[in-house]
Amino acid sequence: MADEAVFLLLHNEMVAGLYRAAEQGEGENGRCTTKLESMGFRVGQGLIERFTKDTARFKDELDIMKFICKDFWTTVFKKQIDNLRTNHQGIYVLQDNKFRLLTHMSAGKQYLEHAPKYLAFTCGLIRGGLSNLGIKSIVTAEVSSMPACK
Amino acid sequence: SRELFVITYGALVAQLCKDYEKDEDVNTCLDRMGYGIGVRLIDDFLARSAVKKCRSYSETADMIAQVAFKMYLGVTPSVSCSSAAGNEFSLILDKNPLVDFVEELPAERASLCYCNLLCGVIRGALEMVHLAAEVTFLQDRLKGDAVTEIGITFLRKAEDRKQKRN
Repeated sequence: MADEAVFLLLHNEMVAGLYRAAEQGEGENGRCTTKLESMGFRVGQGLIERFTKDTARFKDELDIMKFICKDFWTTVFKKQIDNLRTNHQGIYVLQDNKFRLLTHMSAGKQYLEHAPKYLAFTCGLIRGGLSNLGIKSIVTAEVSSMPACK
Repeated sequence: SRELFVITYGALVAQLCKDYEKDEDVNTCLDRMGYGIGVRLIDDFLARSAVKKCRSYSETADMIAQVAFKMYLGVTPSVSCSSAAGNEFSLILDKNPLVDFVEELPAERASLCYCNLLCGVIRGALEMVHLAAEVTFLQDRLKGDAVTEIGITFLRKAEDRKQKRN
């Protein structure tokens, strides 16, 4: 879909632009990731407000996680999360085997060290969405082989 | 969905405003990012639309307004030619989806061109099809004008090159 292409390009430019600025100025990689994550946070908050305007109240945490995996992910990335695991004590692992933001980069181990930059925004997105649904969380991402990520 | 793009763009502009104090810096940054997007977007556009080669500046401007804008932003600006030489055009947007969630510019950011990314995108895309152009905002609804107007001035280089080949 045309919309997706524009968003992908904007996202890649954002990552590139922020890192370019950092190289010339402060030179701190950590801060760029934080900035991207906080941008994702704002976007996540806004998006979740719009998506859940008309849906029913969520029964519990698991229900919320299922919503994120199915509806939220579909609206944002046009596909569902492939695998959701939990230890029922507050830790959830969402696995996406063909993560949209990474499919154009590589299909294997190449460029693995650059992957976290592209995941920071999405981590913020999830954290923002959850925070507006009343859940405080920490979201981390792990990529072992592109384009799958957890 | 488009909302994702619009909200992300808003967050980006907000972040840039935090990083840079001067409006001109933010505008430059947005333009540069737009340029980077434009040079890649043109491939996507040509692949999706399969349009024929444009034979004149006026056709190109029409193409941008009626096909590209419609495809990516869902709106169709109206095109008008504003110079006798036929190389200056304006695209008039009465509905700009990028500012759907923005009410007004904050007071200390009065000269911020919120949609400057669009100018960079158009400029980058045109350059990739060998048309040098200057793209700027002539009017901006967020700054109080009646409509949002983008001015495209095609620079003479492409024409000269064609003549030399003949």
